[in-house]
Amino acid sequence: MSDVLLAANAVAKHFGGVKALRDVSLSIRRGEIYGLIGPNGAGKTTFFNCMTGLYIPDGGGFVFDGQPLKADAPHQAAERGIARTFQNIRLFGNMTALENVMVGRHVRTAAGVVGAMLQSKATRAEEAAIRQKAMELLHYVRIEDRADDLAKNLSYGDQRRLEIARALATEPKLLCLDEPAAGMNATETGELRALIEGIRQDGTTVLLIEHDVKLVMGLCDRVAVLDYGALVIEDVPAVVQKDQRVIEAYLGA
Amino acid sequence: MKNWLSPRSTAGIALITIALVALPFVVGMGGQAWVRILNFAILYVFLALGLNIVVGFAGLLDLGYIAFYAVGAYTWALLASPHFGLHFPIWAILPIGALMACVFGVLLGSPTLKLRGDYLAIVTLGFGEIVRIFLNNLNSPVNITNGPQGITLIDPVTIGSFKFAGTSQIFGFAVSGPQKYYFLLVALAILVIIINLRLQHSRIGRAWQAIREDEIAAKAVGINTRNIKLLAFAMGASFGGIAGGIFSAMQGFVSPESFSLIESIMVLAMVVLGGMGHIPGVILGAVLLTFLPEVLRYAVVPVQMSLFGKVLVDPESLRMLVFGLALVLVMRFKPAGLWPAPERSREQTQKACVAVTQTTAEAVK
Ligand SMILES: Nc1ncnc2c1ncn2[C@@H]1O[C@H](COP(=O)(O)OP(=O)(O)OP(=O)(O)O)[C@@H](O)[C@H]1O
Ligand SMILES: [Mg+2]
Repeated sequence: MSDVLLAANAVAKHFGGVKALRDVSLSIRRGEIYGLIGPNGAGKTTFFNCMTGLYIPDGGGFVFDGQPLKADAPHQAAERGIARTFQNIRLFGNMTALENVMVGRHVRTAAGVVGAMLQSKATRAEEAAIRQKAMELLHYVRIEDRADDLAKNLSYGDQRRLEIARALATEPKLLCLDEPAAGMNATETGELRALIEGIRQDGTTVLLIEHDVKLVMGLCDRVAVLDYGALVIEDVPAVVQKDQRVIEAYLGA
Repeated sequence: MKNWLSPRSTAGIALITIALVALPFVVGMGGQAWVRILNFAILYVFLALGLNIVVGFAGLLDLGYIAFYAVGAYTWALLASPHFGLHFPIWAILPIGALMACVFGVLLGSPTLKLRGDYLAIVTLGFGEIVRIFLNNLNSPVNITNGPQGITLIDPVTIGSFKFAGTSQIFGFAVSGPQKYYFLLVALAILVIIINLRLQHSRIGRAWQAIREDEIAAKAVGINTRNIKLLAFAMGASFGGIAGGIFSAMQGFVSPESFSLIESIMVLAMVVLGGMGHIPGVILGAVLLTFLPEVLRYAVVPVQMSLFGKVLVDPESLRMLVFGLALVLVMRFKPAGLWPAPERSREQTQKACVAVTQTTAEAVK
């Protein structure tokens, strides 16, 4: 088992004339928290979308857990063990928080229509297990008291947590978070940081897109910087922070 | 399932059972015609619940649903009538009808997988019309459907030696054909309601709702949206197919006329008016929209005669008028339907309502 969990090989993506990704190659190791930063429009979200199969790359590809990732197959990416959250939260608004997480169990469970119609013993047992696991995850992200509320009625911070719980429900090897701290205050960011550290401790590799430089530099083992779709540097935070190109492109003054 | 056997719920179930048993006899006092209408109400409950899977659960706006009803009806008609000289028993035809409808469901579903909302509505609407036009024209060069004349002398339902057509004596009571069908329909409807409830709270049911809520997020958590959507079409269609079969047997006659666009819209309106995705609401919608026009039909002429001394508006146009008005009023004052699920969003119902009203306006023109 190689210690690289995800390798991006010269991934390219353009929208008309906009080169959102220019041959980006990077590798994420098992068990690390990996930061992906860059100015607005640098291509971070596009990288996520290519990786999770929502966009088809125009060049290059990904190797995940030793096997190539199929382009244009989002549900297979989830099945392989890649889970994600969205920059602009995407929950199932008219379903309860608990149901949202239960949907996350879909890929790891099997009950079909016939089982549901007949309510076979196996189906009922599986359903109970789904509910149990979902409750545990709500507890894990500390919103168990909102279990029966509709997702759309949750506060912003709770929605972010719920999205993480739903992603965790798929039992990912790699959890990708797209700006999870956006719009959070200092306390919430602190709690989020503890949550992400806990997730890593439990054995899940984390890929984190974030604008909050302090959070990224404090939390991540390694950081990659994108600028205009191109990879500027990939290294430990201490090195990245001092890199002249990064300071110019992103950290500013 | 808690309190399932508590004295209160036992009493409730007993009351409902008595009411359901007594209903066809009470209604029958007003003439067998009303029992037939009652039967149609239950048949529409059946259809509306099938469509609810597609529209209410999975959020796929389907305006051609009646096509599956037609497929089921013609399957029965062709397999149990002198037309081909075939007389299959019910336990063979109903599954075949459901399977045929299911196949058509997948046929319709596959090209529409990437479409949503209005676009999906238009394509499904076209599909419904195509099926009807085929039924109308498949009488030459080989006569399959007997064209616009339709198929007559269709076998009624028989189970063993028990015939559902004609009056028979049961425990000393004279029970009419429609009254016997009523009990068959109620039994089937209860079955469909149970299946619907079970599906709703299942892994697949949640996947349908997830697609309805946010397709991209659904994909991202690993739902194979293509298959799960096709499953919704197939399930909904097979319910329609079974309903069609019973319709065929009950009427003894089918023709393409019964499967026009307006029927699709009626069933959709039942789902939307009642409360999309909410099973009790859908049932209410189906019952209301079956009985209301009939009551109007009986009341409109006498009322106008006594008020104006002549008939100013004929019942049929008034029916559409009232129907349209009801949709607009519900959209305005109860945007989530008359009896919505506690969690329904108003936006989705409104969207469906707009589509229904627009298409109805087109159809009436
Ligand atoms: N679907 C799309 N169609 C056209 N252009 C797109 C699309 N998605 C992204 N882009 C463009 O690609 C570039 C990279 O966008 P991307 O969303 O990946 O940036 P980002 O690094 O996530 O920025 P932010 O920090 O603002 O989220 C931008 O110029 C954006 O306008
Ligand atoms: Mg972004």
